[in-house]
Amino acid sequence: MVSNLLLTNLETVPGRTIVEHYGLVSGSTVRAKHIGRDIMAGLKNLVGGELKGYTELLSDARNEAVKRMSQQAEALGANAVVNIRFSTSSVSAGAAELYAYGTAVKVA
Amino acid sequence: MFYGSPVILFFGAWWIGSSIEKKHYASIQAREAQTLHIPAVPIRTPEADRTILEARLVTGCVVVSNDYFKKVLAGLRKIFGGRLRSYESLVDRARREAVLRMKESCPEAHAILNLRLETSMISQTQRDRGMGAVEVVAYGTAIRYE
Repeated sequence: MVSNLLLTNLETVPGRTIVEHYGLVSGSTVRAKHIGRDIMAGLKNLVGGELKGYTELLSDARNEAVKRMSQQAEALGANAVVNIRFSTSSVSAGAAELYAYGTAVKVA
Repeated sequence: MFYGSPVILFFGAWWIGSSIEKKHYASIQAREAQTLHIPAVPIRTPEADRTILEARLVTGCVVVSNDYFKKVLAGLRKIFGGRLRSYESLVDRARREAVLRMKESCPEAHAILNLRLETSMISQTQRDRGMGAVEVVAYGTAIRYE
């Protein structure tokens, strides 16, 4: 995570007041695992259960998207991002797209 | 032997798959009981009369798939239509697991507000047939009161 930016998915940062708005900030990433992981996931898919390789892929993608969004917010001079939303989609086989967006604000 | 292998695969997947599902449900129930003190709710406003020490974004994610046996059965079910029970239990497991992981990432929190669940399918084949795996991201704001 980049520095100590406050991240929430509420409209405000509870206990603080918003003093300035900077508008929408977003970060997205599309990631894939190497073919070995895909083959292992394909085999695991036969018996079902958690596909750890893909869970890892998803959480890496989520961290990356949040990081990019935070960097954008910091570049604007914000110290918090409120009302964060995540959106996922599968753009291609074995790849995960994760999009994070929120409102960059300054809180006091 | 060669022609028998899909049959072995079918019943093998059934046996292993159902034992994995049973184990997963047992673990979900045990962990849900442990994390009962952190309510995760879609309410947006924190309690007004308590001071808030910390508020931060917490997330949990998981990818779960069904076994081969259930996929074949669901395929047969689609001919007649109706409830696909195997997929119902799949999404149920995935959502509860994602919420649990989110809760476990903030054991010191008093509540998680504005809980959201994001679900999508992972596709592997070209003809837009999913591999029967579902990915769930659960997120919310963890609140710690004084």
